[in-house]
Amino acid sequence: MRKYIVKRVLISVVILFFVAFIIYALMRCLPTSYIESVARQRSMAPGSKSYEEWLAQLSAQYNMDKGIITGFFGWFWTFLKGDFGDSWKWTVPVIEKFNDVIWISFIMGAVSFFFELIIAIPLGVVAATHQNTRLDYSISVVALAGISFPTFFFASLLKLVFSVKLGWFDLYGLVGRNYNQLDTWGQILDKAHHLVLPIVTLVVISFGSLMRYTRTNMLEVLNADYIRTARAKGLSERKVIYHHAFRNTLIPIVTIVGGSLPGLFSGALITETLFGINGIGFVSYQSMVGGDIPFSMFYMVFLAVLTLLGNLLADILYAVVDPRVRIA
Amino acid sequence: MSDEKKKTSVNDSDNPEVKAAAGETNDQYSLNDDRRVKVLSPGALVAKRFFRNRLAVTGLSVLIFMFIFSFLGGLVSPYGQKEIFYRNDVVDKEYASVVVNEEFRYMANDPSFSGLVQAKSYLAFTKGEESFVYNGVTYTVEKDADDLFAVLTNGSVIGFGYKDIVNIEADDIPENDFDFIYGALKAMVGEEKEFTALDRTFTVNGEGEVLEDGKQVAYISRFIVKSVFQDVTISKRFKEELEEALETNDKDFFFTEDDGVEYEYTITYDAYRKSYSVRQGKESQVIDKYSPPSKDHWLGTDGNGMDMLTRLMYGGRVSLIIGFIVVFIESFIGVIFGGISGYFGGWVDNLIMRVVDIFYCIPSTPLLIILGAMMDAYNVDPKIRMLYLMLILGFLGWPGVARLVRGQILSLREQEFMTATEAGGIRVSRRIFRHLIPNVIPQLIVTMTMGLGGTIITEATLSFLGLGVRFPFASWGNIINDVNNTFVLTTYLFIWIPAGVCLLATVLAFNLVGDGLRDAFDPKMKR
Repeated sequence: MRKYIVKRVLISVVILFFVAFIIYALMRCLPTSYIESVARQRSMAPGSKSYEEWLAQLSAQYNMDKGIITGFFGWFWTFLKGDFGDSWKWTVPVIEKFNDVIWISFIMGAVSFFFELIIAIPLGVVAATHQNTRLDYSISVVALAGISFPTFFFASLLKLVFSVKLGWFDLYGLVGRNYNQLDTWGQILDKAHHLVLPIVTLVVISFGSLMRYTRTNMLEVLNADYIRTARAKGLSERKVIYHHAFRNTLIPIVTIVGGSLPGLFSGALITETLFGINGIGFVSYQSMVGGDIPFSMFYMVFLAVLTLLGNLLADILYAVVDPRVRIA
Repeated sequence: MSDEKKKTSVNDSDNPEVKAAAGETNDQYSLNDDRRVKVLSPGALVAKRFFRNRLAVTGLSVLIFMFIFSFLGGLVSPYGQKEIFYRNDVVDKEYASVVVNEEFRYMANDPSFSGLVQAKSYLAFTKGEESFVYNGVTYTVEKDADDLFAVLTNGSVIGFGYKDIVNIEADDIPENDFDFIYGALKAMVGEEKEFTALDRTFTVNGEGEVLEDGKQVAYISRFIVKSVFQDVTISKRFKEELEEALETNDKDFFFTEDDGVEYEYTITYDAYRKSYSVRQGKESQVIDKYSPPSKDHWLGTDGNGMDMLTRLMYGGRVSLIIGFIVVFIESFIGVIFGGISGYFGGWVDNLIMRVVDIFYCIPSTPLLIILGAMMDAYNVDPKIRMLYLMLILGFLGWPGVARLVRGQILSLREQEFMTATEAGGIRVSRRIFRHLIPNVIPQLIVTMTMGLGGTIITEATLSFLGLGVRFPFASWGNIINDVNNTFVLTTYLFIWIPAGVCLLATVLAFNLVGDGLRDAFDPKMKR
């Protein structure tokens, strides 16, 4: 087991290395005039260094002055040491900005993930046990509709109904107008109030795939021989489904749920942007559109790490949860 | 399906005689006669299972509708994708100003009634003095009314101060005829309503009209109408009607010019400047922005004055074409790499799968956003941009297909028919592409159908963010982009709701069809 984990971690590191290389190469493909224009812009600022100095500093920061391979190694090394540079757009160290915004994204992700679980798994089980009935069809259509909804369209509809027509929520932002006058509890409630629509959006958009996954696996389990045995024993249908079938369905579900845990940190780029919530997604969107290379690179590598971590976690959990899986 | 006898021989299935016989004359054949049962090819079986799925059929019909709407709609629609519409709009323009005369004006009959004498006479008039002396000459001030006085020397009127303006209409009365004007003003305020000037007799009625033999030759009023344009002279008729409107306190009135064109005028009073300003409503052509649905534009027009329905059709075309090309690129690369990887195994498999892992790890949304912003910076032509978009999306999407194909092939290659191909000495490439890949096709079709929906959403999202398909090309995503403007979100529902519904319907339909296909392809599925 330990050997397996070590091997997987090593492979992940290698993959991360290559992904980082691709990201770096992509950044190098940006027009060189781009760095020049940033340098020019900065040298215009009152009391700033001269254009040449800025150009040299910015180039040196990303090893633009060296070849692409040596440049990459240099950059990757500083990156591994935890030096992510200063954000151009936010004019603070990248890590500081990241710390500022990551937690709201995480809260949003975690809450919506929780709701996703408690909606998707029961629905999936119900759909599977009532396979090919009207109930199954309606659940499937709702789940598919959720998957098919473009985030921005659904969010716009929510805004139209709940913000504009009913006036229950603000259109944008994380805090209300009188946020500063509120006490601590009021501030927390205010934020929670502003997070309702984004979380609803996230849940509706993403619960479908988990529900379908649950349904498929449940169906598979229900067709297994041991379920027939359980029924033949004369167990109640309730016991068959929730005791024998559901527990076995949990194996793939736990795997996939565990695998998506790191993803809670990745932020919801579109949703945050639409609702103007300063989470990691919105901030990186602004950085990317604004050509903030340090922040964008950091975010992309961060996402790659999260994906790798998710895969790793899923694989390990799979081996841990399912006693039938033996790893050589 | 299990209770039905499945036969996969193709030779009989096309024979209409057999089919007809199957239904009607069952008992003529012995029990184990093949003709007793309807014979279906595997394809027909799949189709049958597919069409039994009502959801999938609904999805298919939606798709067919969307295809007709997008690809034929553009041909049927009378408008072009980039056609801009105009409408005539009334724009108010400052036309004239009207001042109520509150100051004395003077008119002289004699050069001695100069500016200083005028001032002195005014002083005397306000003090109520009957005469004053200036430069040794004695002038008499004769008060006719609060706003009219005459100045006399030696018994003859040399000038007068007045507030009401006499507007002369008749051609045969000179513009500044002293006697006429003084006579008219005096008649207006005095008891005697008749006066004589130019050897003619005129009467003034209570409304300030000066009549000669019952015909109006002039009128008296306190309004001064001035045009704001240098080159426009205001006709007497306009002045009259305007004054009428002013007296009745109308806010707006209509006036028909001599050439028969009617304009609407609005009158506003500026209390500070003590003047009225008259604005002429002039029709001018403006871009028909956000006009609500009408007979000409069934879904109204968008922010650029383009027909929404037509944009929707062309947008659907773009979205669908992009979806298909991207999925095609994905599948093409994916099948090749997946096939090679699955078939050869070993280090080739390892290498390709690690590459797949790497591609899986590249965060695609940020990458697309950065590339979009980069293309913005380079000002890439919208057409070429679309091409790049397809290439990038396709190139980012292939690892999924490769994984699927590889997985399938790994299990397929261990089966007997593959051993047979090997024993038969068939070329490797032929073995992969003629024997293995066709067996993967069902799964591939399902994935591609589902992938189409996903790709359309991705493209729409990018276009929505303004980083995908750009103006002047329409795409369902960039049509909805308008909701970023809160006013559009709240007011112009006809702009973004139809595009969103199209998008949702299409993607949902693709997913339903994909789902139905999966069920239909999977013989284990019992219905």
